[in-house]
Amino acid sequence: MLLCNVAADHFNNCFLILMLGAVNVDLQTDATLQVDISDALSERDKVKFTVHTKSTLPNFKQNEFSVVRQHEEFIWLHDSFVENEEYAGYIIPPAPPKPDFDASREKLQKLGEGEGSMTKEEFTKMKQELEAEYLAIFKKTVAMHEVFLCRVAAHPVLRKDLNFHVFLEYNQDLSVRGKNKKEKLEDFFKNVVKSADGVLVAGVKDVDDFFEHEKTFLLEYHNRVKDSSAKSDRMIRSHKSAADDINRIASTLYTLGTQDSTDLCKFFLKVSELFEKTRKIEARVAADEDLKLADLLKYYLRESQAAKDLLYRRGRALVDYENANKALDKARAKNKDVLQAETTQQVCCQKFEKISESAKQELIDFKTRRVAAFRKNLVELAELELKHAKGNLQLLQSCLGVLKGDT
Amino acid sequence: MFLSRLRLPSSETQSTLTCNGQAAMSGGCGRNPPPFPDNEDQEAELDTRVLDSDEDDDDEGEDIFTGARSKPITPTSAPDEGDIFSEEGSYIRSDVHHATNGLHSDEELDLFTEATVELTLTNTTSQGRREIIGPTASACNTTHVPNSILKPSIVTKTMEELEEEESGDQFELNIAVTNPEKIGDGMNAYMSYKVSTQTTLPMFLNKTFSVRRRFSDFLGLYEKISAKHSLLGCIIPPPPQKSVVGMTKVKVGKEDSSSAEFVEKRRAALERYLQRVVAHPSLLQDPDVREFLERDELPRAVNTQALSGPGLLKMINRASDAVNKMTIKMNESDNWFESKLQEVENEEQLLRRLHAAVDSLVNHRKELCINTAVFSKIVAMLGSVEENSALSRALSQLAEVEDKMEQLHQQQAFSDFFILAELLADYVRLLGAVRCCFEQRMKVWQRLQEAQSTLQKKREAEAKLLWANKPEKLQQAKDDINEWESKVSQYERDFERVTCTVRKEVLRFEKEKARDFKQHIVKYLESLLHTQHRLVKCWEAFLPEAKAIA
Repeated sequence: MLLCNVAADHFNNCFLILMLGAVNVDLQTDATLQVDISDALSERDKVKFTVHTKSTLPNFKQNEFSVVRQHEEFIWLHDSFVENEEYAGYIIPPAPPKPDFDASREKLQKLGEGEGSMTKEEFTKMKQELEAEYLAIFKKTVAMHEVFLCRVAAHPVLRKDLNFHVFLEYNQDLSVRGKNKKEKLEDFFKNVVKSADGVLVAGVKDVDDFFEHEKTFLLEYHNRVKDSSAKSDRMIRSHKSAADDINRIASTLYTLGTQDSTDLCKFFLKVSELFEKTRKIEARVAADEDLKLADLLKYYLRESQAAKDLLYRRGRALVDYENANKALDKARAKNKDVLQAETTQQVCCQKFEKISESAKQELIDFKTRRVAAFRKNLVELAELELKHAKGNLQLLQSCLGVLKGDT
Repeated sequence: MFLSRLRLPSSETQSTLTCNGQAAMSGGCGRNPPPFPDNEDQEAELDTRVLDSDEDDDDEGEDIFTGARSKPITPTSAPDEGDIFSEEGSYIRSDVHHATNGLHSDEELDLFTEATVELTLTNTTSQGRREIIGPTASACNTTHVPNSILKPSIVTKTMEELEEEESGDQFELNIAVTNPEKIGDGMNAYMSYKVSTQTTLPMFLNKTFSVRRRFSDFLGLYEKISAKHSLLGCIIPPPPQKSVVGMTKVKVGKEDSSSAEFVEKRRAALERYLQRVVAHPSLLQDPDVREFLERDELPRAVNTQALSGPGLLKMINRASDAVNKMTIKMNESDNWFESKLQEVENEEQLLRRLHAAVDSLVNHRKELCINTAVFSKIVAMLGSVEENSALSRALSQLAEVEDKMEQLHQQQAFSDFFILAELLADYVRLLGAVRCCFEQRMKVWQRLQEAQSTLQKKREAEAKLLWANKPEKLQQAKDDINEWESKVSQYERDFERVTCTVRKEVLRFEKEKARDFKQHIVKYLESLLHTQHRLVKCWEAFLPEAKAIA
């Protein structure tokens, strides 16, 4: 559990000690291994996360320790899971997205440039808001990284991974450099090949009903979640823009109200105050919708992709197995390289069966987790919306009471 | 005659005394100017006009006529006699014996002669017969109700009305603009609006009546009012703006929501415009205004077209006015005007900014509305794919909630626009009109200055002639001096009058503005309240569904 405490002002060298609240996904934590991000520091382009571990496992030298990690090291860990054949049968927890403060930074820059064109109050207000926005993005990225680690720690097999332990314990830089251009290009081609292959593999009808059903379901589900995520983002953006407009209205009304001391001006001042408050609530509504709805959808977009990847790997293994069978038959027919073919076939068979076994459980777990996460977030969303609407209601009622009483 | 003076709010009569001349309340002298015989001619003219219908669309004219006929309350003049006064409807009139024309003319002539006496006493400027001061207005008003003089009870009633008018709380004149109808087709099509009036003011023929008007009629009314009253320093409410794009869409026949919105926007704007016009005590007395409200058909106002001769002339005048404004430098004896003008200019700026912000809010809310609708559909689709039945149900409930939110956003955007944005747009234009009013005063001052300098020149000329000893030209010079002296004193009085009017107008305007803003903002906040109520209900309904997910 982390709390939030903003110490400094200037965004470039923000020193933010964060302790975050609700995490998107409901995870079981047990005493044997608890991981969280106790601190985070944002500097220039990098974010430094302090990963804090508490464990009773014998593997670790101490029971409690912390290390500092950067985003690239998380990616390295994730990729190491993906590339590990042993884990082919598991849903690899999706990698956290790269911290992206560009949009926020741009806005702050624009604000700085436009400082001359607005009043001091407006400027301070907008600056505060942009800083709040920056803070919100920051909190989110920390949450995403934490969720990733927690998922790994909760997974019965992945938590034992050596790389994971190194990641948690090795208190020096892992010297994980970001991929250079050549490697990025290689990655790109790999992805292209993979998606082409994925299509081929998906085309192969599965004997097992369960997996066949899952394939169809996940494909459609993934697409729908992708759509929902995109549209929810747009909706929330409009909401934020509307809240910004209310801000402008409030400040202009304030200026109007300070022109004179007539009745009308006092009226304007009161209304301006009201709009200030309702604006804050509206901004919170948008932020909460973002947190509870948009982030949920984004997360499940990534998870459903990870599930699809699992199915792909299984499908791949199945195809390999079937090919190996065919090769074995051929070899037996020709009576050439039979032993080799047999071993290949054996390996493929084992691989396939291993994946199938764990995949089934993983997919069932995925379902349970998904339902639980949606429940938690939807309930919280509804409760927050209600809270804010009631807050707004109260503000409006009291203000109207005052205004009507005056006239 | 006592009655006629009582018809006005006393504050105005006060100013008649203090401002040393006309209160500049131009009232209409009845529906038609004196003397009475003209009325008849005009009625006859009216008849033929109505029958002949020299409007562009003959069919339409006939329709309106027949339409008018079918309504028992509209003052259709029977083709036989132009005696409109024998119409039914007015509560006072019901007691009136249907006087013959002769009797009417006598009474009216009497009143009118008295009216003319008033006129000369208070020294009307030569701005046409139509411009008549307040007291006579009511004199003319009472021509419609000759019996009101004879019935003291009604006298007291009008006094009460007076008090109510003064306090401004109750208004006996309600105007509504409704029923927009597209007349004609293609590029010659236009929208015709129904203007309904409901009133207890006796100067109208009936208590409730309605006419159909088109947009150019409103502009024509503005032109007429402006021509008469702006020179006196009144604040003339500006009409709604022309919109070539908006109208073209309507003409072309695009039956989409944007053209419907445009028509609604215009209808509301026209209604507000008329309400502002009649809220102005002197404009209400103007015969053109009454004609606008009552008369079945108005001659087409052609000089409101932007590219017509008069239109171009207007533009040129405005340009020259702008230049004049820059060159005139008044030495103000009274700081009030300078500081007030500055205030007005500041406020206009701020209101413009506020309007821009509200406009932006309206657009973003509309955007939010669209995006919410899309999101709602997507969530429904997600719910249908979802395997877990409880979650699936909850997701479709969420989709419904979002759908309801879309409607709420839609309604809120509507309120944002029609309650707040339009109010601000109106007032930005009204403040422009207030500025014009100040400019008029400057013009009058300038005229006075020019006259004074001319007088000075004439005096110098006379002195020169005396010195040069040319007696034959002396008389001419003396005549000139007399002429200019009287002009100067005339213009001085004008300037006094305008100054007085402008001051009064500004105060009245500010009161009205304060009332308007408070009213509208409270209404707007109530709409926000309503939205939040509905929001609470939506989410309260959803919460148990979310909790039911297992």
